[in-house]
Amino acid sequence: MSAMTRLLRQLNYDLLIFRRNPAGSFFTVILPLIFLVLFTSIFGNETLENGAKVATLYVPGILTLAIASATLVNPAITMTTRRERGVLKRVRSTPIPPWVFVLSQALSGFVIAAFMTVVITLIGRVFYGVELQWETLPNLVISLLIGSAAFSAIGLAMTTIIPSEDAAPAVTNAIMLPLYFISGVFVPSTTTPGWVDAVGNLFPVSHLNQALQESYDPFADGPAWPWNHWLVIALWGLVAAAVVLKSFRWTPNR
Amino acid sequence: MQYLGGRRSRNILGGRHFVVARRLDRPGFPTRACLSALVRATVRELLRKVGPVTLAIAVHDLHMHYGDFTAVDGIDLEVEHGEVLAFLGSNGAGKTTTIEILEGFRKRTSGTVEVLGFDPEVAPLSWRERIGIVLQESEPVPELTAGEAVFMQAGYYTSPRDPVETLELVGLATSADQRTRKLSGGQKRRLDLALALVGDPDLVFLDEPTTGFDPSARRESWGMIEALRDLGKTVLLTTHYMDEAEQLADRIVVIGAGKVVARGTADDLAAQVNATTRISWRPKLTDAQPPSGLGAQIDPATGIARIDTDDSLVVLHQLTNWATETGVQLPELNVARPTLEDVYLQLTEGTGR
Repeated sequence: MSAMTRLLRQLNYDLLIFRRNPAGSFFTVILPLIFLVLFTSIFGNETLENGAKVATLYVPGILTLAIASATLVNPAITMTTRRERGVLKRVRSTPIPPWVFVLSQALSGFVIAAFMTVVITLIGRVFYGVELQWETLPNLVISLLIGSAAFSAIGLAMTTIIPSEDAAPAVTNAIMLPLYFISGVFVPSTTTPGWVDAVGNLFPVSHLNQALQESYDPFADGPAWPWNHWLVIALWGLVAAAVVLKSFRWTPNR
Repeated sequence: MQYLGGRRSRNILGGRHFVVARRLDRPGFPTRACLSALVRATVRELLRKVGPVTLAIAVHDLHMHYGDFTAVDGIDLEVEHGEVLAFLGSNGAGKTTTIEILEGFRKRTSGTVEVLGFDPEVAPLSWRERIGIVLQESEPVPELTAGEAVFMQAGYYTSPRDPVETLELVGLATSADQRTRKLSGGQKRRLDLALALVGDPDLVFLDEPTTGFDPSARRESWGMIEALRDLGKTVLLTTHYMDEAEQLADRIVVIGAGKVVARGTADDLAAQVNATTRISWRPKLTDAQPPSGLGAQIDPATGIARIDTDDSLVVLHQLTNWATETGVQLPELNVARPTLEDVYLQLTEGTGR
């Protein structure tokens, strides 16, 4: 049996497990959509002087939230839980190559993130008049790819500092929630003080958000390549991958 | 009885006859298992005559240190193909450390280890095709059904057992559509076993398979482990229950403080303890002391007097003579062989763990 067959088979199971996990599905699929509806209801969706809709600012932020949830938060919690319950140890006791198992987890996060990208883009277009131009579509796809890959690595790296199953949601949210706020995900960065932006810019969430904002730019007259943002995200991903290779554990802490 | 090393016995089937005979004596023991043990023992003896014996597990002078702490202190171990071996010791004796080294989850400090012909530290992934592990306190994936969990696990192996048949084997066929988090404790353990067996391993590790079980769940687990014997699997199980080791294993290796303190069949172990019979009674405080020649000792905690002896008839005769002559009653008079629990405690005495 080829490694590819094994990978696809495991991916199938990982997606099945995700669909059946109420917490994971809610925070990744439902909550971002609720936020999108809430934001446009609370802050309104006027048409600005330049003709763009206000929701053009919300959609990329919500998308950042969904991608981070699908590829970072959810896998970090899932993998910690599996480690502490001995599921990972059992996987290691079988002849399946470890990378197949890890890559499948990352791919399932990517599939969910891609699904959410399509859903949020469609909702933004149909209900809130947020236009996505063909010229900037490649930006969106590349940002999704780079973001998913890097965030998957960061999520796995986070499991190395999470001591227990109970601590997993607490630790990941304690790190991610403040990051969302200082990265322009909930509050557009045009309204935040400069030092907040400066701190936010140290971390990859802000850069994914900015890259996505560029791909939703309604006035883009050609594809823009947000190299600087991609570079920062990729660097974070590489550092995280190094941490994973060095410190990822398959056996429970207890 | 020369069946200690497990490698050679002077007369063909010598050791095996003994084990089988002992098991047949035991009431309630399934005859099928006895016969299959006999058949496999015969086959093994024949194979031994044809060529050199390859061992399923060979461990020599195994050491494991954590800083200043010595968890395993020079263990030797040999397990034959098709044998059920119990690794018996109290908590902290070094059982789990040793089994995790054999499973390839832990790097040893020193010593040689061969499991199915490979050093677990450097064994290729294909080595794991032949090994099944029932992990202590491992949970199945809660979102999957029992059947899905077994099918997923089967997909990890090149030539697995039929998952449906494996579910039937452990008695989970009717619960295959249940989510694993809805399974009862006993059903979860059955699932653990199904997951360990679905790769069709030659060697199965069971780390404390019944710790924390109620008596009926233990009996049930024992039945399943007996079924492994019928399948011809080599089994290494760790336990801190003497009765479990006696019930399930062909041979027992007792460890204390990281060292092997005794090994052999349950009867071999019993024979290693000096006293074969214990006479006990509960004397009144006002009673006269029995003659010192009898060697009676009174346990200060329980107030029970006891005499350990190899010559129970003579001692009992002297004791009852003395009692009738002095008019002393011997309430709760009891004559018994020491239990294997006593044997175990005596063997591990002084090791501290």
